[in-house]
Amino acid sequence: MSEAILNALTALGAGARYFVSPDGWPNLVMIGIALGMFWLAIRKDVEPLLLLPIGFGCLLANLPLSDVMDQDGFLRVMYNMGIENELFPLLIFVGIGSMTDFTPLLARPKMILFGAAGQLGIFLTLLVALALGFPKELAVSVASIGACDGPTVIYVSNLFAGLGKIDSSMVGALAVAAYSYMALVPIIQPPIMRLMTTEKERATKIPPSSNKVPKSALIFFPILVVVLTGIIAPKGLPLMGSIMLGNFLKMSGVVTRLTKASENEIANVSTLFLGLAIGGTMDGHEFLKSQTLQVFALGLMAIIVDTVGGLALGKIWYRLSGGKMNPLVGAAGISAYPMAARIVQVEGLKANHQNHLLMHAMGANTGGQIGSVMAASIMLAILKGLGLI
Amino acid sequence: MDNLTFGLTMLIVGMGGTLITLWTLAILIGWLTRICQSKEEGGSRE
Repeated sequence: MSEAILNALTALGAGARYFVSPDGWPNLVMIGIALGMFWLAIRKDVEPLLLLPIGFGCLLANLPLSDVMDQDGFLRVMYNMGIENELFPLLIFVGIGSMTDFTPLLARPKMILFGAAGQLGIFLTLLVALALGFPKELAVSVASIGACDGPTVIYVSNLFAGLGKIDSSMVGALAVAAYSYMALVPIIQPPIMRLMTTEKERATKIPPSSNKVPKSALIFFPILVVVLTGIIAPKGLPLMGSIMLGNFLKMSGVVTRLTKASENEIANVSTLFLGLAIGGTMDGHEFLKSQTLQVFALGLMAIIVDTVGGLALGKIWYRLSGGKMNPLVGAAGISAYPMAARIVQVEGLKANHQNHLLMHAMGANTGGQIGSVMAASIMLAILKGLGLI
Repeated sequence: MDNLTFGLTMLIVGMGGTLITLWTLAILIGWLTRICQSKEEGGSRE
């Protein structure tokens, strides 16, 4: 009897013994990281929708002797259900598409070029990652942080994880890096904007656009984008197709229930499940390695270079147009929507109180959304062409 | 394929491809809005 009680007590203390064993410290560090994510989300309002579920998944996966990521563990079931097959990022994209209004872009189509320049960080970061000795597939995954687009990063990296070409624990690191930097865009971008532009350039007023956007153009636009993507980069069709599906539902104006479901229930449930499952991959023994730190450093570089690329095109445009383009608008050519456009508006107003750049920046920002998905689609198409996927 | 060749291929074809595709899209959007505009104006005149 006493032996049975002793064995039972020993079993209850197994978790505590694990923590103080040499195997326990990586999990303890990860629990600290999970608490850090809670602090950022709750106290600093940094991407709470993502960091709370990711942090909680990370906490559950790192508690001693946890079986949540074992074959039948509930986080593993979620992972298999929607991350392994890339479903959740795509469902989130349907929600994003249904929340996006492309009217400012259709009124000023040339603004989409900022969305191309804003992807420079992806390709330069890829070069640096390769130079650092990253395997090709991991380098592409890290570079995709430059898309400033969490679902794209998860989709691309998980594609490689599914093929066994990168470690699945890296998907978690990449997702956390992507969402953290997206949340830090208001801190990262303004100093670069001020450094790269003069006071005179920032004060430039852009002549208002007289283009009216017909409703039918807004309905045909998602179809046009999907067809173009299908022709040029069919590998990226799930990404572009899902974002444009959401937008098509919204613009058609006849399926309010589906639009609301995409904006709310579908996006919310997918975000919760995706966050938990991604957090579940963050096991300390696989997550804590120098490569993870390099991933975070390269992710930051990608977003800085994106901003530099957009501003550089803005400055060229300013010169070519004889001072009719405000170079700040270029900084909005990334996918962080509508945050990047708001930053441009704020910085423009600081230089000139009469300077309202918001609608122009929204055009560039929505161009950045399309640009980031298009860049990822083109990368996947090239990888397919090179026989890497 | 070595890393340098791969990286440069991705940079040139990837960045170039993105730029050209989005530039093409900008032209197509321009046509789309003009066509839709003229249709709507024609419709309202009728």
